[in-house]
Amino acid sequence: MQKITREQLIDKAVSLLENGTVEAVLGWGKGEFDYDVTPAVFKTADELKAGFVWNDFCGANFSKYLVAKTGKIEGKILVFLKPCDTYSFNQLLTEHRFDREKVYAVGIPCEGMADIAKVKAVCGEGISAINCDGEKIAVTTLYDDEPVMVDAKDVLAERCVNCKSKKHVAYDELLGEEGEVVDSARFDEVAKIEAMTPDERFAFWQNELSRCIRCNACRDACPACTCEKCVFDNPNSGVENKAPANSFEEKMFHIIRAFHVAGRCTDCGECSRVCPQNIPLHLLNRKFIKDINEFYGEYQAGAEVGSRAPLVDYTTGDIEPGEVFDRRDKNA
Amino acid sequence: MRKCSLDSMNSVFAEIAKAATLYIPADRTDGAAVYTKWEEGVVWSNALNTVRSPKDFFFPQMENLMEFKTQGKNIEIIDTRSETEDFVVFGVRACDVKSFEILDRVFLSEPVDSYYAARRAHGVIISLACTRPSETCFCGTFGINPAEPAGDISVWKTETEVFFRSNTEKGAALMQKLEALTEECTEEAVDAQKEKISAVMKKLPLADLTTEGFGGGKTKELFDNPAWDELSQTCLGCGTCTFVCPTCQCYDIKDFNTGKGVIRYRCWDSCMYSEFTRMAHGNNRNSQKERFRQRFMHKLVYYPENNDGLFSCVGCGRCLAKCPISMNIVKVMKKIGGNNK
Amino acid sequence: MQVKEYKPLIVAFCCNWCSYAGADLAGNNRLAYPADVKIIRVPCSCRVNPMFVLRAFQRGADGVIICGCHPGDCHYTSGNYYTRRRMAALFSMLDYLGIEKERTRVEWVSAAEGAKFAATMNDFAEKVAALGENKRLEDLRCKK
Repeated sequence: MQKITREQLIDKAVSLLENGTVEAVLGWGKGEFDYDVTPAVFKTADELKAGFVWNDFCGANFSKYLVAKTGKIEGKILVFLKPCDTYSFNQLLTEHRFDREKVYAVGIPCEGMADIAKVKAVCGEGISAINCDGEKIAVTTLYDDEPVMVDAKDVLAERCVNCKSKKHVAYDELLGEEGEVVDSARFDEVAKIEAMTPDERFAFWQNELSRCIRCNACRDACPACTCEKCVFDNPNSGVENKAPANSFEEKMFHIIRAFHVAGRCTDCGECSRVCPQNIPLHLLNRKFIKDINEFYGEYQAGAEVGSRAPLVDYTTGDIEPGEVFDRRDKNA
Repeated sequence: MRKCSLDSMNSVFAEIAKAATLYIPADRTDGAAVYTKWEEGVVWSNALNTVRSPKDFFFPQMENLMEFKTQGKNIEIIDTRSETEDFVVFGVRACDVKSFEILDRVFLSEPVDSYYAARRAHGVIISLACTRPSETCFCGTFGINPAEPAGDISVWKTETEVFFRSNTEKGAALMQKLEALTEECTEEAVDAQKEKISAVMKKLPLADLTTEGFGGGKTKELFDNPAWDELSQTCLGCGTCTFVCPTCQCYDIKDFNTGKGVIRYRCWDSCMYSEFTRMAHGNNRNSQKERFRQRFMHKLVYYPENNDGLFSCVGCGRCLAKCPISMNIVKVMKKIGGNNK
Repeated sequence: MQVKEYKPLIVAFCCNWCSYAGADLAGNNRLAYPADVKIIRVPCSCRVNPMFVLRAFQRGADGVIICGCHPGDCHYTSGNYYTRRRMAALFSMLDYLGIEKERTRVEWVSAAEGAKFAATMNDFAEKVAALGENKRLEDLRCKK
């Protein structure tokens, strides 16, 4: 259950629309079912009342949409940002990807989002209704007479299980209470893979990455991937490919994707959320974050505007690439 | 019609696998079901359907068409075809079986795509009636009956038994091999099962969805519909919908320079990509709205216009489940279709 | 039939100002290093995009080494400092994916260090040879 209600958000949006502060609202739009939420732009109070949704399935991070949407309007656009979204928001500002003056950001608290795949793993297919308003999530299916009660904790999306912060690092206005940066266990899984033998690691990633269908959803949903033309789409780059031709291409794509956002990735988890093949892509990004923290000091991308990303920075006493492994072996 | 007990399916799979490579839906390490080559130990999944569609078997995501090697002033052309082995795909749902008809009309009309044709000739499809459709299913909209799947052999599964009915010569030949493992039964044996499915179909949330307002001849009416702006406004432009779709059939042909020669291959392409159908003059569709519109106009208007009214969607629901922003053909049909509310 | 001795293919990206001159010096002094080391001259070690490293492996390299000016001596003041961070991150990632860490290396070689260049290449080639052919980052299409 979310602490803030849909009605509170609609009231806020309507009042900002009516007093002329904003001319459009970027929010979550109602779907066919109770869980298939589509990001949408709302222009009037009626549209909001009819189609705006806020529930446990509003995972989509809106920050990236600001790049395209702020270019299209004269006035301001209202955007609702969950704590993790605010990090992406700051990171995009650091990179001058949208005009801050055109955005009115409202921070909203988040109790963690549910993963519909995990819900279906419990309740099966054929969900006719989901109610997230109570302590537990009530799932009605076509095949059961009574709703199945699911503990929200048990169906949390991976990124929310390892939530890194309930604190908003950017907003014009905050609804509800401010949270704190959370001491998460998000690097545990990376450490687990690091502890494997090279053969095990190779087998693990070979299995995961072999599922890639190169739909580019991870890249296209990523708030850090905002190149106008991706190197993998550019026929002149020499690496353009529309299919995961073999295991080399799979690795190349995913290494380069993760590398290009290394030091800029805020660990919002969109890549893993959108992957249709359930590849744990966040484990690649988190590896870079963990390494950067260990080699160059703690750094959280997007924690503040204007900070210098670690891979475009240096000190004269940095660790040598060859020493990386010695240090790891020593720690092990 | 013939039947066997559910417990003896493993021997049925073993028997089929003796004659040809057999693929069945099995659960992957991440929990999703995929067609997996059967060998001892591979367990038939209970999932409703596979994440990837069975079109992969006939129209793989990537295939080498030919190779070139230069020797002095000569260019040697090497035929790299390998699609000459018989195979059997088991557990194809009614919607996916229908998708082959849609693909056939593209690849088997003149000029015939010999790569696809060869795979079709070598493949046997064993379909499977649905027992527990998902809320995302809407095959009924396109006149598909999940209780009566087509294919070379149709299969129905109950709690304890599995029923087989061969529909084609290919199917009958395969059924003959299973004679020792199955016993004769009447067609009525699956009637109760069929009725159960029909009852569920009526309860599905998308049961009322119709194709009204779409079809050949609707281009002018729908092309400039202002709703396309709204529908496509948050589309990410990824290719998920097209790659999980059983009927999307667009591809690109490219050359890969190996350093020692050239491999000419084709791979799936997506109308959602900015590089799709790029020509010397540039791109036909420069905005995501145009690309988005292309996908749905193709499925709901252009394709039926050229194919006697047959829509190129089968209502399998994969795009509903997989789209990162949950925008899909159902939302499009409800927004701009006739009286879908 | 005589079995051909396995010799690894090494791609060495050398910066124009230090390491490439170092390689020249090694040649002038007749210091031997394996002929299978293919040198690619780059304006600065930081010109080496991570993709270059991966593509070298794709095209058949068994090991990739990047050589630049010593930290502090970069012709462009700070290029090699960036190289150092980038490659530390990249190599660590390759290792995370289970690719042998001995296949990649960064070494600082100045224009005066012909002997170091030859010694580095000999040592690197030996380490890569011990691993055998690159199987984990290979593209079979390029091996036919």
